[in-house]
Amino acid sequence: MKIHPRKNVRSDLNPSRLLTFRIDERVVSAHEDESILSVARQNGISIPTLCHLDGLSERGACRLCIVEVKGVARLLPSCVTFPRQDMEIITASERVVSYRKKILELLFTERNHVCAVCVSNGHCELQNLAVELGISHVRYPYLYPRLAVDASHSRFSVDHNRCVLCLRCVRVCDEIEGAHTWDIMGRGITSRVITDLNQPWGSSETCTGCGKCVQVCPTGALSEKGKSVAEMIKRRQFLPYLQMMRGRQDESWPK
Amino acid sequence: MAKITLATIWLDSCSGCHMSFLDIDEFLIDLAGQVEILFSPLVDTKSFPDHVDVSLVEGAVGSESDREKVLTIRDRSGILVSFGDCAVTANVPGMRNRYPVADVLARAYAENACPAAAISRDTLFFQEVPALCPQARPVHEFVPVDIFLTGCPPPPEAILYLFSELLAGRRPNMNGRTRFGA
Repeated sequence: MKIHPRKNVRSDLNPSRLLTFRIDERVVSAHEDESILSVARQNGISIPTLCHLDGLSERGACRLCIVEVKGVARLLPSCVTFPRQDMEIITASERVVSYRKKILELLFTERNHVCAVCVSNGHCELQNLAVELGISHVRYPYLYPRLAVDASHSRFSVDHNRCVLCLRCVRVCDEIEGAHTWDIMGRGITSRVITDLNQPWGSSETCTGCGKCVQVCPTGALSEKGKSVAEMIKRRQFLPYLQMMRGRQDESWPK
Repeated sequence: MAKITLATIWLDSCSGCHMSFLDIDEFLIDLAGQVEILFSPLVDTKSFPDHVDVSLVEGAVGSESDREKVLTIRDRSGILVSFGDCAVTANVPGMRNRYPVADVLARAYAENACPAAAISRDTLFFQEVPALCPQARPVHEFVPVDIFLTGCPPPPEAILYLFSELLAGRRPNMNGRTRFGA
């Protein structure tokens, strides 16, 4: 789990600075510790995201929120990039949009996303993003990998065919539930989310069965048992509240 | 106005997209006046015509015969439409792709037969039917496709929109009218 660097403790002597900069030609101001993504959204500028979820730490995994910053050759993920004074940010240039499409298409090729038979059909963030970005087909060859389904848990199942490795499950389990049952193994295209040390979910000794991972999962990878096609609607309202009540603060548990 | 000529076909699929086409209901009558169907499972022609203006190809390319058909169709069609998720992504037919063809055939025709058939694996490769390709794959991996119509099946409204745009001489933009798994 990536731990973000500790932010400076704010006091009257060391207040958070207010910066002024531009997003898509609009002059905006924000505190220096607010991400570009957060500032854009506060100003009604929408940037597509997949791994980001309000209430969880940022991961910068999906790369869909990339933006162009004038003077920087690389595209930067706006969820983990912080503004500078007079920065000029472009959120939807042709270049940015073309890369976003490629990223999403590659996500579709990497696993077996068969929407027609998925529990999350119609309620899926991956599917919605394809609509939002106008993806009519995938230009890369599908890999059709052979992946496992773990239905050993009494109430939930994980279908790796539908996982996009956003790692929301890993973060919510660690940061909100405090169990850290989920983690990730392997590298690159062979990465998989795992429970405990790659043991069947049903035999996990750390899983509390709270189901938060299921609710935050953007696709049908984690689902409640007994749901048929298109029946799995995720409920996330709990997250900001729980984060406030029992989340980590300054990277330590509340005393 | 001259009628546009139309061909439709289903390859490795369930024919559901064609059923959704029929679901445009009373608009079929309007369409019948403006479209001439030269080749389709809905009509009796057995061989693909020399030229059609528009072809709707439903289904993934799953067998050698599908592959030959799709090449012929591309050659003889003005506009080729990838019609539905199976054609666009391989969808459900593509779910066999992670298993060897021999295992797929054994599963379908021997293990799941009732009562379990004592068929040797070798005899499952019938000579009388077209051989399965190692994988069922999307149409656009074999030939260039002009229009992608996603959905399982594409909603009748999207199919109707496709035709109304084509008949008006425009290239339809399907964005927002259908989606994967719609």
